[in-house]
Amino acid sequence: MLILTCPVCGVTAEETEFHAAGEAHLKRFGPGSTDDEFESYLFMRANPKGVHFERWRHNNGCGKWFHVARDTTTLEVFTSYSAQTVSPPQEVLDLIEDRRPGWSKGSGA
Amino acid sequence: MSEPVTALNNASETNGIAAIRELGPLGMITLRGDLSAAYLRTLTTKLTGVKFPDVRECHSEGENGLAWMSPDELLVMCSYAQANDHVARMSEALSGKHALVANVSDARAVFEVKGPHARDVIAKLAPVDLTPEGFTPGMFRRSRMAQVPAAFWMRDAETFQIICFRSVAQYMFDLLKIAAQPGSEVGHF
Amino acid sequence: MSTRLATGGRLLNTDKPVNFAFNGKQMRGYEGDTLASALLANDQMLMGRSFKYHRPRGVVASGAEEPNGLVNLGSEGKFEPNQRVTTTEIFEGLEATSQNHWPSLEFDVGAINKHLSRFLPAGFYYKMFMYPRAAWKHVYEPIIRHSAGLGKAPKTTDVDTYEHFYAFCDVLVVGGGVAGLEAARTAGRSGAKVLLLEQTEHWGGRAPVDGGTVDGKPAAEFVDDLVAELQGMDNVQMRSRTMGAGVYDHGYVLGYERLTDHAPQKSGPRHRLWRIRAGHVITATGAIERPLSFAGNDIPGVMLAAAVRDYVVNWGVSIGDRTVVVTNNDNAYLTAIALKHAGLDVPAILDARVLPQDSMLMEQAKALGIRVMMGHAIASVKGGKRVTGVTVCSQAGEGAALEEIACDAVAMSGGWSPVVHLWSHCGGKLRWDTAQACFSPDLDNAPKGADGMGFVTPAGAASGMFPLDDVLCDAHAAADGVVTSLGFKLPKDVTAPSAERREEAPMAPVWLMPQGASVKLREKTWLDYQNDVKVSDVRLAAQEGFVSVEHAKRYTTLGMATDQGKLSNINGLATLAGALDADIPTVGTTTFRPPYHPISMASIGGEARGPVFQPIRRTPMHDWHEANGAEFEPVGQWRRPYAFKRGSESTHDAVNREVKNTRTNMGLLDASTLGKIIVKGPDAGKFLDMLYTNMMSTLKPGKCRYGLMCSENGFLIDDGVVARVDEDTWLCHTTTGGAETIHGHMEEWLQTEWWDWDVYVANVTEQYAQVAVVGPNARKCLEKLGGTDVSKDALGFMEWVDGELGGFKCRIYRISFSGELSYEIAVDASHGQAFWDALMVAGNDLGVMPYGTECLHILRAEKGFIMIGDETDGTVIPQDLGLHWALSKKKEDYLGKRAQERSHMADPTRWKLVGLETTDGSTLPDGAYAVGEGTNANGQRNMIGRVTSTYHSANLDRGIAMGLVLNGPDRMGEVIDFPGTDGKTYHARIVDPVFYDKEGEKQNV
Ligand SMILES: [Zn+2]
Repeated sequence: MLILTCPVCGVTAEETEFHAAGEAHLKRFGPGSTDDEFESYLFMRANPKGVHFERWRHNNGCGKWFHVARDTTTLEVFTSYSAQTVSPPQEVLDLIEDRRPGWSKGSGA
Repeated sequence: MSEPVTALNNASETNGIAAIRELGPLGMITLRGDLSAAYLRTLTTKLTGVKFPDVRECHSEGENGLAWMSPDELLVMCSYAQANDHVARMSEALSGKHALVANVSDARAVFEVKGPHARDVIAKLAPVDLTPEGFTPGMFRRSRMAQVPAAFWMRDAETFQIICFRSVAQYMFDLLKIAAQPGSEVGHF
Repeated sequence: MSTRLATGGRLLNTDKPVNFAFNGKQMRGYEGDTLASALLANDQMLMGRSFKYHRPRGVVASGAEEPNGLVNLGSEGKFEPNQRVTTTEIFEGLEATSQNHWPSLEFDVGAINKHLSRFLPAGFYYKMFMYPRAAWKHVYEPIIRHSAGLGKAPKTTDVDTYEHFYAFCDVLVVGGGVAGLEAARTAGRSGAKVLLLEQTEHWGGRAPVDGGTVDGKPAAEFVDDLVAELQGMDNVQMRSRTMGAGVYDHGYVLGYERLTDHAPQKSGPRHRLWRIRAGHVITATGAIERPLSFAGNDIPGVMLAAAVRDYVVNWGVSIGDRTVVVTNNDNAYLTAIALKHAGLDVPAILDARVLPQDSMLMEQAKALGIRVMMGHAIASVKGGKRVTGVTVCSQAGEGAALEEIACDAVAMSGGWSPVVHLWSHCGGKLRWDTAQACFSPDLDNAPKGADGMGFVTPAGAASGMFPLDDVLCDAHAAADGVVTSLGFKLPKDVTAPSAERREEAPMAPVWLMPQGASVKLREKTWLDYQNDVKVSDVRLAAQEGFVSVEHAKRYTTLGMATDQGKLSNINGLATLAGALDADIPTVGTTTFRPPYHPISMASIGGEARGPVFQPIRRTPMHDWHEANGAEFEPVGQWRRPYAFKRGSESTHDAVNREVKNTRTNMGLLDASTLGKIIVKGPDAGKFLDMLYTNMMSTLKPGKCRYGLMCSENGFLIDDGVVARVDEDTWLCHTTTGGAETIHGHMEEWLQTEWWDWDVYVANVTEQYAQVAVVGPNARKCLEKLGGTDVSKDALGFMEWVDGELGGFKCRIYRISFSGELSYEIAVDASHGQAFWDALMVAGNDLGVMPYGTECLHILRAEKGFIMIGDETDGTVIPQDLGLHWALSKKKEDYLGKRAQERSHMADPTRWKLVGLETTDGSTLPDGAYAVGEGTNANGQRNMIGRVTSTYHSANLDRGIAMGLVLNGPDRMGEVIDFPGTDGKTYHARIVDPVFYDKEGEKQNV
């Protein structure tokens, strides 16, 4: 069972305080989008072995959403960061680069 | 109008390792808004007479209190009778500002767990570090207790106050009773 | 025979005799005895029967690794099977019975299996019971079921209670032997918060038995001093009788504390499950001695050498008068010496090794007059239910008998295996230690924590350090390293204790005794005592192609018994490796999974049983409902009255009465469970327009509108009435189960997509008790209460007003889910019961009756109103239900809109909502499918529709239903067939879903 830190209220707690909600930084496509765009938004998900960006909610806590960058194989948590971002901020990427030199998004580990 | 009735009619249990009782009715108001705004801090501290809470803090004095729920949510505590008046005054003062004020006094149940083993009782139910160094009076924690969301803080070194939803008051009371059953002292703290 | 010695027994309090019973026979032990030591003291060597051959079984070990000594403990509400005699402390009145035998322990019919053993080889289940197919159900399965399982399942409810406890520490030390104690002291001296767990009731582990000198003191004294020192440290917590059961991700560890097993009269919970988060875990879990593989090594009286020593030293129990020691290492010599010191006879030490010179311990043994036979082995053990002697042979040979030695006990030692379970649970890797022939933790591959760094460190014997001095140095160094990594610092003067070194000769791996043992001997050479797996079985598995260790394990059942192979794994692996002519490390090990040792299921459940098994949500009027005949149904975690039964009335009759009365007089429904969410802010209208399929921003204050919510997939997720409170405030009602979900749904979109929109939401569901006052007399009832004007002109349909009724401050909504004149009135929850009472009084002359959810369902179905969860199932879009009128054409976007444009969603052949009327007036079965022409690819009838809601309508005196049907709305009047599971086919006519008051006159009065 993981421990995560909610960047909003600062609590470090076990997984039972949180709710996981899949891949982060999805771009919403609404009316007017092509079938391919909409399909990718609704169904296509990365399933990397390694570095992954996820959405979590501190549901048994402050109730706020946040993002987590972690490794899906080692379960290492690089950091958690604001949900109000459309892509991982540079400092998050730097942290990951530090732990996984040469890593790039889409390459998994 | 009738007299307000709490969920469990102030049930209590004192045979265990800590004394448990349902408190109330108490006044509770949800305030959503910009907690960093001076107007909001002045308004709420004036109403309650307590210091404005920092992140994950609760300041209380008798029935009055302010608890930090999230960066944009504050729980304002007062006597039950004052709640509607406070809501009206806050709404008035905040008109024109983006804020939400709602009386939630009846949506909640409040419990007190008191005694030298109070920490034991809470630590059996909440996945929270309750060592005397880890959790001190003045801190406010929203978490879960067994299977329901709950928030708690310490009024003093031996007294916890717990807030949960009214509908699960019986569940919470039963949980606390079991966690405080005679002979169940842990002796860890 | 095994007996109690006149002296010895360092753990016993001989002033306190304890009476207990085994298989009904009264016996006596002392305080401090385990059930194993007490039974042995009473010459009860035979304790059970093995699983497959029902072979007689005596105890082999003295601790948690014991595979044989399993008993039923207690009776009735305290009955529990499969309790280990070696870990059970006796108490006055303890009752134990042996298991897996019939009719008696002494005479067992199942033991006949042993004569069939040639027909019950590895994989016999798979081979024997394959053919004929038909025999499986009627012959094989019943036999297997009858003989499967050890012990009996409890028949009555467990009377004990259990609990969890959340604990946090910097350093968790598992194991209270000298390594654990030393690690805890070192960590404690750094100021770190330390928690130390020990599975037994005693501290010090093996050290007090095995002796030695530490810092000039005897080991036992050193332990006592160390324990006292730790007890004086405020930052160190010690828990005996608490096992580290499992290590999980991110420093999560389960501890299993047994509080009253040894003292059932004590109040409080029986077991406590510690849910620990540790910054770092030190596993000081020691090592387990391995048996040797020789013929007859399962005969009662053959035991691990260290266990024989434990029984003598700890409990003053001799296993026999004459004990032959057989070993491949020096450690077992301690047993021979201890027995000699206790005045017992050791006719020989059979040492499989051939060594150039004697070690210190060998010299000591010889000096005591013990005959040491190097290069020798046991060819076979004589005896049935008890050892009577051994046949000696050369280890290097094939088992030719050299001589027979009469004895009544055999103490064997095949070397030691570090307890690596906890290290391995969360991914710690192992390396093969060739010198000691064991798997040890591979320190370069520790389990990784949240920070990506190793969070488990083994210490002492658990990391493959066996001499006392090495154990202490290793434990000290491990703890030093751990606290340093956590940012603590040891004071300079803290050093490791130093133990006097005892030079030992190296052990030599012996996987089969003698090394060339014949098939005949191998068939009597046990690897797994409980599951009856022999050397011959593993060899057969290898021969048949089960070359992977995981496959061989399942094929032979090696290591699958309740002890999970604590004694058998390494010997089994080595046997498999030998058969495959491979190295042990290349064969690898099976996976170690938690718990280390069985823990009670009830401890896992903790407090969650009986009334707090799960949260039950109650409305403010719950007690009244309960007192007034309510039959409850679960709706999410809520309990809602299904119907209110009067006297001897059946539930069905109660529902019919409620349905009729509500349409003719009036009814009250507790609607408190409906979700109520305030949405407020400058962008609230815009937000709600995105959330609902219809337009909410145009709703006027004081008005209500029914709205639909879809997921981004386009499927309906919730519905309810939205009321506009003021310029920037709306109140959204959700379904009963939907309040938390929809509140979460709103927060999710506000926080993660439209975070620049100024909207706040608050879930105020439980602030209000809400009552639906429904029926022709509803208005009269409210007028009788007096207060706010609720007349047709003052409060029109789909309007709301804040007001006061009968002195209650309330909000009144004129909405209807029944087609009747109807008001929903919200009062503060703490006045809910009083308000309900007032309505019952006011409605007394008006025919008021409370009604439940079934009546609610029937009333809405009579009107053709959909219900989320009945007409919808997560695959239904509003268009399927003919709800086009609720889909705004003006809006560019709302959640689900794009999805509803997808080709499958726009497919004209999607099943659509219609009403269904059986041709004979009967009620359609719920969930029934309609069949059409032809068959599908699987040869099944083609489906053309299904029933979503079906009821008997007392008002219409017939069955009514709704369903989704292929081209349904275009087939009005057509009759389709619904085969029921009762064998009957129902014929139903497709009709308009509005069955009652089609013009809607009743609600517009
Ligand atoms: Zn949080």
